[in-house]
Amino acid sequence: MNSVPVDYYVLLSAVLFAIGAMGVLIRRNPLIIFMSIELMLNAANLVFVAYASVFKSFSGQIFVFFVIAVAAAEVAVGLALIVQIFKAKKNINIDELNSLKG
Amino acid sequence: MNSDLIVFLVLSLVAIATALGMVFSRNAVYSALYLVLNLVTVAVFYLLLGAPFIAMSQITVYAGAIMVLFLFVIMLLGAESLVPSKALPWQKPLAIALALVLVVEAVYLIISRAQPGLAITAPDASVNTMENLRAMAMELFNAYLLPFEITSILLLVAMVGAIVLTKQEKVGKGS
Amino acid sequence: MHLSDTVNTGFFFLAPWLVFAPVMGLLINAVFGRQFSEKAAGTVASLASGTAFVVSVLLAYSLSLHHGEAVRWRLAEWIHIGTLNLDWTFRIDSLSTTMMLVVSGVGTLIHIYAIGYMHEDVRFKHQEGRFTRFFIFLNLFIAAMMILVSGDSYMMLFVGWEGVGLCSFLLIGFWFEMDTLARPSWANSDAAKKAFITNRVGDFGFLIAGFLMFWYLGSFQFDEVFKAAPAIAESAPWVIVAITLFMLVGVAGKSAQIPLYIWLPDAMAGPTPVSALIHAATMVTAGVYLVSRSAPLYSLVPQAQYIVAMVGAGTALFAATIAVGQYDIKKVLAYSTISQLGFMVAAVGMGAYVAGMFHLVTHAFFKALLFLSAGSIILGLERGHHAHAHHDEKPKIKGKPALSKVEGKKEESGHEQGEDHGEVFDPGDMRNMGGLRKTMPVTFWLYMIGTLALAGIFPFAGFWSKDEILLDASLHFTSVYWQLTIAAFFTAFYMGRQVWMVFFGEARTDAAKHAVESPKVMTVPLMVLAALSVVGGALNLPFEGFHNLGHWLGYTLGEVEGLPLDLTVAGISTALALLAILISWLIYGRTPLKAHQPDPLKKPLGFIFTGMENKWFVDEGYFAVIINPFKKISQFLADVIDWRFWHDFVHDTVIAGTYNWISEIALDRYADQKGIDAFANWLGTATQWISANMRKVQNGFVRSYALSVLLGVVLILGYLILK
Repeated sequence: MNSVPVDYYVLLSAVLFAIGAMGVLIRRNPLIIFMSIELMLNAANLVFVAYASVFKSFSGQIFVFFVIAVAAAEVAVGLALIVQIFKAKKNINIDELNSLKG
Repeated sequence: MNSDLIVFLVLSLVAIATALGMVFSRNAVYSALYLVLNLVTVAVFYLLLGAPFIAMSQITVYAGAIMVLFLFVIMLLGAESLVPSKALPWQKPLAIALALVLVVEAVYLIISRAQPGLAITAPDASVNTMENLRAMAMELFNAYLLPFEITSILLLVAMVGAIVLTKQEKVGKGS
Repeated sequence: MHLSDTVNTGFFFLAPWLVFAPVMGLLINAVFGRQFSEKAAGTVASLASGTAFVVSVLLAYSLSLHHGEAVRWRLAEWIHIGTLNLDWTFRIDSLSTTMMLVVSGVGTLIHIYAIGYMHEDVRFKHQEGRFTRFFIFLNLFIAAMMILVSGDSYMMLFVGWEGVGLCSFLLIGFWFEMDTLARPSWANSDAAKKAFITNRVGDFGFLIAGFLMFWYLGSFQFDEVFKAAPAIAESAPWVIVAITLFMLVGVAGKSAQIPLYIWLPDAMAGPTPVSALIHAATMVTAGVYLVSRSAPLYSLVPQAQYIVAMVGAGTALFAATIAVGQYDIKKVLAYSTISQLGFMVAAVGMGAYVAGMFHLVTHAFFKALLFLSAGSIILGLERGHHAHAHHDEKPKIKGKPALSKVEGKKEESGHEQGEDHGEVFDPGDMRNMGGLRKTMPVTFWLYMIGTLALAGIFPFAGFWSKDEILLDASLHFTSVYWQLTIAAFFTAFYMGRQVWMVFFGEARTDAAKHAVESPKVMTVPLMVLAALSVVGGALNLPFEGFHNLGHWLGYTLGEVEGLPLDLTVAGISTALALLAILISWLIYGRTPLKAHQPDPLKKPLGFIFTGMENKWFVDEGYFAVIINPFKKISQFLADVIDWRFWHDFVHDTVIAGTYNWISEIALDRYADQKGIDAFANWLGTATQWISANMRKVQNGFVRSYALSVLLGVVLILGYLILK
């Protein structure tokens, strides 16, 4: 019987998501924070596709398609912002960027 | 233990390992390369789940275009590694602990609400036909036409935004 | 008396225009008056009044076609509460149309006269802006008077009654900021208030009568009241007596009878056309009209009739004696008016309603004539005074000039007031006149006609009407007859005195010497009135077939047999009048008065003349008996009871003190400061402390914000699991 329970995929997705979240929190390099966010998006995409496969529906795949598109847009703008911050501050350490301190 | 499960487990280990590698690499270029590996692994999962179109999109858009952009920016800014800072010393252990708690909670939720009946078998050859792709395209351009168009506008806006943000200020040069 | 509520023939539908026409006139003048020239404003007002006269004529004509049956024209619903049903209904019968004709006819003539009179008056007083206001008030008066005479119920009559009272107040106080010249330190506004308050006393009586009427007779409507009255008179005659006597109080107030006549002489403070219209010809006759209108009630109670007759006769005699001692030309006429009103009241009291109404009509003619001529004389003297003594304009007012404009003028001119005489010049004082026969010939002849009519000389109007009253009195009430006859003697005497003093002899002042005749706009209405004074008697001649007015009023008041001429009565009164004129000639005419010479009657009569001169000290008596004690009581109430007791003790000490004590000790010190204040302060402190600590969370590190998000996710998930 060649099958994998869908829960395994969900479990894998959860683990990847947690790793991504951890990366966002512990790294100070905004580029790596970005990459961690991409990882979290991937984890979510995985579940979408897994359930699309289970229910034999294209909707999940189409959602993933949209997520990829939005991620591309996000990365384009986000990297542009990082480049501008670097130009202004000569540094991209996220802990140095705390001028909005209360 | 069937063959699909073995493949799944091996790939899962690769995915988790590359993810951890990305998060914990000291060099940002290594992180980016680990992430490329991770994305490719996930693309393989997509193939296993019978979504070849998404898998190809993943490879070309994510692993290809986006990650090249990342590497480009890393090298442009010389941001391979940063000087360690003393700010927020408690952040790292707390973050790891919270991530673990999150995993535990997720595992508990998944186990407590497991749906054993729902299993995924390997896709047959029909998913790789043009008919399958056409059916998906029909769905995308009929039921999801409006989100598609909105996404296109979003991409346009992102493009314009990226250009405007990175544009050189022509102070003193113009006219 | 047959009543028809809906009449389609004749001009009865015009009845509301009796009121609407003058109201429209006053509205036009009130809204557009500023843009109007004096002529335009005066013309609008005169046309409005004239329209009312035309309507009156048409109504009288329609009524004669209608065989004199009373017509009620319902205009609007007014008050409907329970069994009280009051409508604004016009009552057109021979009595009301007679009044309408007199009011609007004489009123229109006086409107025209006032265009000329006020033109100069406002200039002598430096208040040219007030010209239009005068005509607005005058039109308002006509409207109110029309409501009074055309009302179909006692309440509607009362509305007009109060309306004319208001107009009287407004017009007496027309020069409210100035002092009355004939009475030092007595402002015109005081005269207005005196008139108003005295009338209040009378209105109080009227209202009591109205309440009694509604309580016992169940209605205010004339016909219903008269229908219900006889039954009540059988069972409870005192009710009718009370109603009629309380009504007499109202009559005494409005028609200036003893004891409420005191306001009328002071009312002469108003401009002369007002004195003529309101305080001689029309408004003051409202009381006579009221008694005539209530004839069915008075006829039921002879004892009330007797009292009315005695009041009228007493007033006639009393006021006539005072008129003898007056120096102000208008005051003489004012007391004469009171005296003549006494004649009318006595007549209607005796039940001789036709005679009373007849005298009312003729009196309106010749007294308006006399007053307007007096106004002409006063203005003539003003003109002479200004032409001679001052080439610049100078205010006539005395004492405190209330208007800065006047003050400025005075300073510019650099004149002291009354420089040439050492005192303020009073153009109304007969001692300042003399010899006006030559300088004002037209006015002189007109005045002579008025005098002869008033004195009751054959064949002028006054002779016929007065004679009819005397004849009635001689038949019914001998005492009244003698009082009225003596009053008639005094009437002729004081009028003779006035004529000799004013027109004959030599001018006693420069102003009189240079007096100027009045313009046509003033003299032409006077000529019309003079003509009416001559032929007015023809309305009701004491010969078979000539009782026109008696027949006409008979439609309303019941047919009475016209009395033939009684040569004895007529002879006695005429002889007495001629004798009085002769005596006045002996005293005042043969040796004319010199300037600053005291009255020749002063020496022989002594204290009697002092009494006449000072109005028998009635005003002083009122002050001593009523007004000053009243003021003392008021002061006691205000000072001791209200201020010291209520305010200082009850309010300040007891209520405010207790309140302060409670609020200070119990509420302020404990409840407020220790409780509410402390809590509010604690809230503020706590908020500050919390926010000071909370702001540390906002450390500016984006990673720690992200951590908070994750913490939130973990906690919410944990909550969902553990739930």
